[in-house]
Amino acid sequence: MAYDARRDCPQLPDFSVLKRLARDQLIYLLEQLPGKKDLFIEADLMSPLDRIANLSTLKQHEVDKLYKVEYKPIISTSDQLCFLIRPRIKTVKWICGVVNADKTVGRFRRYKLIFAPQKFYACEMVLEEQGIFGDVTTDEWAFYLLPLDDDIISLELPEFFRDNFLAGDQRWVRTAGSALHLLHSIYGPFSKIYGIGRCSKMAYESWREQVEEEENRGRQAEIGNVFLIDRDVDFVTPLCSQVVYEGLVDDTFRIKCGCVEFGPEVTSSDKSVKVMLNSQDKVFNEIRNEHFSNVFNFLSQKAKNLQMAYDKRRGMDIKQMKTFVSEELKGLKQEHRLLSLHISASESIMKKKTKQDFQEMLKTEHSLLEGFEIRECTSFIEEHIIRQLSMIESLRLLCLLSLTENGLLSKDYRSLKAQYLQSYGMNHLLTFANLKRLGLLVEQQPGETLTVMESKVGKLVNDKTAGKLTDAFSSLAKKSNFRALSRKLNLVPKSDEEYNLRVPRDMAYIFSGAYIPLSCKLIEQVLERDGWTGLEDATKLLNGHEFCATGTNGADVKGKSDAPRIVLVMFLGGCTFSEISALRFLGKEKGYKFIVVTTAITNSSRLIEALLDSHM
Amino acid sequence: MTRTDEEEYWNSSKFKAFTFDDDEDELSTLQESKRAVDSISGLVGGDEDEDQVEIVGWGGEPVDSIVWSVRETAASTNQRPERESTPQTNTGPSQKSRSQSVYSLSSLFRGDVIVLIFSESSALSDSTTGRLFAPELRKPKSEYKEEWVRRVNCVCVCFQVVSLEKFRSLQEKLLLLDYSVKANDGNVITAVLIFLKKTLSKEILFQELQSRQTALRHFINFLYETEESGLLLELLRSLGRTEDAALLQYKEHQSISDESRRRDFLKSCLRPVNPIGFLSHLLERQIIMERGGKVEIFQKVPRKSSILNMPLVTTVYYACVYHYNEAEGTLSSPHNLRQTFRISEKQFFVTALAARAKLKAWSDVDALFFSRNWLGPNRKKTTNSAPPKVLQDYVGLVDDAQLRLSLAHKHKCHDIVINTYRDLKDRQLLLGYRTKVEVGSEADSRISQLLDNPKYWKEGGAYL
Repeated sequence: MAYDARRDCPQLPDFSVLKRLARDQLIYLLEQLPGKKDLFIEADLMSPLDRIANLSTLKQHEVDKLYKVEYKPIISTSDQLCFLIRPRIKTVKWICGVVNADKTVGRFRRYKLIFAPQKFYACEMVLEEQGIFGDVTTDEWAFYLLPLDDDIISLELPEFFRDNFLAGDQRWVRTAGSALHLLHSIYGPFSKIYGIGRCSKMAYESWREQVEEEENRGRQAEIGNVFLIDRDVDFVTPLCSQVVYEGLVDDTFRIKCGCVEFGPEVTSSDKSVKVMLNSQDKVFNEIRNEHFSNVFNFLSQKAKNLQMAYDKRRGMDIKQMKTFVSEELKGLKQEHRLLSLHISASESIMKKKTKQDFQEMLKTEHSLLEGFEIRECTSFIEEHIIRQLSMIESLRLLCLLSLTENGLLSKDYRSLKAQYLQSYGMNHLLTFANLKRLGLLVEQQPGETLTVMESKVGKLVNDKTAGKLTDAFSSLAKKSNFRALSRKLNLVPKSDEEYNLRVPRDMAYIFSGAYIPLSCKLIEQVLERDGWTGLEDATKLLNGHEFCATGTNGADVKGKSDAPRIVLVMFLGGCTFSEISALRFLGKEKGYKFIVVTTAITNSSRLIEALLDSHM
Repeated sequence: MTRTDEEEYWNSSKFKAFTFDDDEDELSTLQESKRAVDSISGLVGGDEDEDQVEIVGWGGEPVDSIVWSVRETAASTNQRPERESTPQTNTGPSQKSRSQSVYSLSSLFRGDVIVLIFSESSALSDSTTGRLFAPELRKPKSEYKEEWVRRVNCVCVCFQVVSLEKFRSLQEKLLLLDYSVKANDGNVITAVLIFLKKTLSKEILFQELQSRQTALRHFINFLYETEESGLLLELLRSLGRTEDAALLQYKEHQSISDESRRRDFLKSCLRPVNPIGFLSHLLERQIIMERGGKVEIFQKVPRKSSILNMPLVTTVYYACVYHYNEAEGTLSSPHNLRQTFRISEKQFFVTALAARAKLKAWSDVDALFFSRNWLGPNRKKTTNSAPPKVLQDYVGLVDDAQLRLSLAHKHKCHDIVINTYRDLKDRQLLLGYRTKVEVGSEADSRISQLLDNPKYWKEGGAYL
């Protein structure tokens, strides 16, 4: 990258162990059902499974045919059926249907349900109610963590966000605690744990409980510090358009489980092509964290160099040619292939973005972040809505407006909501209710009376009495206080200064110099201060739930270990590629290595889509 | 890249500001690199595919992947539907008992221990209430809490084995619930709620949940997932959450397939969220429009889909395409829609303009413009490949030179760009623009002509 990394950056631990563990456990579970069997896999478990095992692994353990769970009657002839599923009621109900259909026709088979990463009582209740409890065996496959790259580990649980923050269902709290526990038992002991957010606190406590149950051996720690953060601490960052290459690729083509599918418009053939995007891809690795404006020049420079390398062969004699072919050609060919792919992808991104007036959109976002020309921004959004442009983008901008302005003026809220419903359909009434519940899109309250009262009540009384008051209290929403936070933490650099994106001076580069992501700024500050002291003003605005604790006994901080500078950041509710880029930048600046653990990779579209009308 | 190359690249002079609009220059750099890279492929060719999968890891799914295999099974099973119904002779119930393996002996044991602890210390079995937890209360508060949390946790971990039936009095049930909430594990909270749902009347349960927000949220989500909407509706109503109840009903209605029944349903239930009966009216109009309209226009512009259940703006657009010239009294006329549903002037203008421009009904477009006297950027997207002449007229109407330029650039209205540069007396820009028009085209020769004519470029020279 453009800036010089500190030379003392520590090495990352090796996370392939996690894959091996998950694979071995799966094999063990498959062997619990000896003999030939067909395997049904939940659709969203297929890609994660592919990352840790392959077909021959399954075949070796007598898996005959593989099917995707599709909620339809099955056509398997096998006498043994194994279901690899998420603990969802819908899926369990479908399996009950399958079993009961077999019963009706008097067919006997053996059934095994493997829940990943754990089973829920509600699922077993369904088995009981449908009369098949006892006819099936159930197991848990503790596949908590999937390493997506050297420094990214995902729980691959996108529903975590909706369940926890919108529905207020804490079913995944223990899962998060167990994931942390797994990391702790392999790479720990941790010496310091920081965190902010309600869910973070609960996950931390759950982990603590699980640790207490076992003894601690004296071990060399590989991960020293842990930072837990709830997604609802910072909604602004994931709602901004991403302009760093990896984020932009995710926004444009959607990276799924570390893999992207480039369609014909990129491959310039009639086929699509699937590409793994990680540090193994040498070209990608050099541009992933770059602002998009640098990518073009970088790629063209790279192309020139490649041309030169190929040109070398002119004037070679036979012997030199031989060495060239055997030593360099293969590498060059690979680089060539990757280069042409990323050039085409950039071209395609550029075309799409130009078409949708991306520049105007960015301008609006930056104005919102700065709190500047809000009227113009509001009309821009209004126009976006009345022209029926992308429904998701319209919502995203509305939410950004609401978050940065602490809610919309009543007049604006009503008019924009009405126009939105006219343009995109009345069923978005449900979407608006969801966004309000989460505090993403709200109407400004007349005066501050309600919120002041709310926080007072919250402190004075417990869950029980507070609930009796009004509906306003039952909401999980919190005030965003973005403007005040932005001032306190200097999130928005002064706009009159030129920002050189080629040699970034801070994390704001990931948003073209317009905004330092709040989530990453908090991490930076807490690590710098070794705790929350001095950040009281900010945490008050963030509605608290911050904590800082020393790790379990036996954590050896001293010595020549790298551990204290290896920081595991766990995002509960998802994080974006831009945030990961920002943390990589911070790590290089300050000599840390960050490992990002997230419940799922998210971006503005995924976040909004999770809140669309389908739920209450 | 070598080290020095890289340094030189990253540290070389600052580039000019990048924007996503600036497609011309940036894109041409990119295309140049692309050509360079493509030109190399002649050399590489031939064995292109041999090492693609192993080395690069892209180029379709590797054959050994699971995703690939699932697709294969799906394909093969689709081809030969197997006759599945031949019932197999039952091998008897002997193997069923294995299902017990879920619970290990140790968890059974632990469960028993817990029950013992429970019955000893808090006398849960003789449900004399009141002083149920009195001994604990004398302890320091924190200790007391922790102990309980731990216990409830343990109970909850093994309660599949331990029968919750032991908790019979309301007070015990509620304590169980409260401590499950304190333990923070949603799975456990839901489990206790399922037990309470089975053993308490809904009135009592609803009432108790009212003061327990966390548990309430879990219960709502549980009912939602198990699709017990009837009970959920009752719950929401009993809590006085009328808006949520109406939304739930609205959501339910989406599964009614018959349009008239849907309309009637909408009329009846949506009062709180939909005071003017907006939706039922809209659907009523859509039903009318679905049946009506002149045949010719449908032949000319075939519909993509039915208009039923579409948003209002889409309905207006549809009406502007298929019912534009109907009398205002007709229920399907766009003007009638506009009035009934109080559509803003701007909204109507933009929608009608888009629809008429799509049909290339330029006279209507003209009429819309001049009746409203709308100037400004609102127009730029609605022009929908209008003939260059029409487009040029509209773009030429924009007052602001910069805006006019950018619109003209976008829509390649060469004359406007050229004239504007001429008026600005900017020879450099005009020279630059020359590279963007086709060589030998009309615009090209006009530029040459202008550039050769000194009267436009003389300082202070008037060209009027």
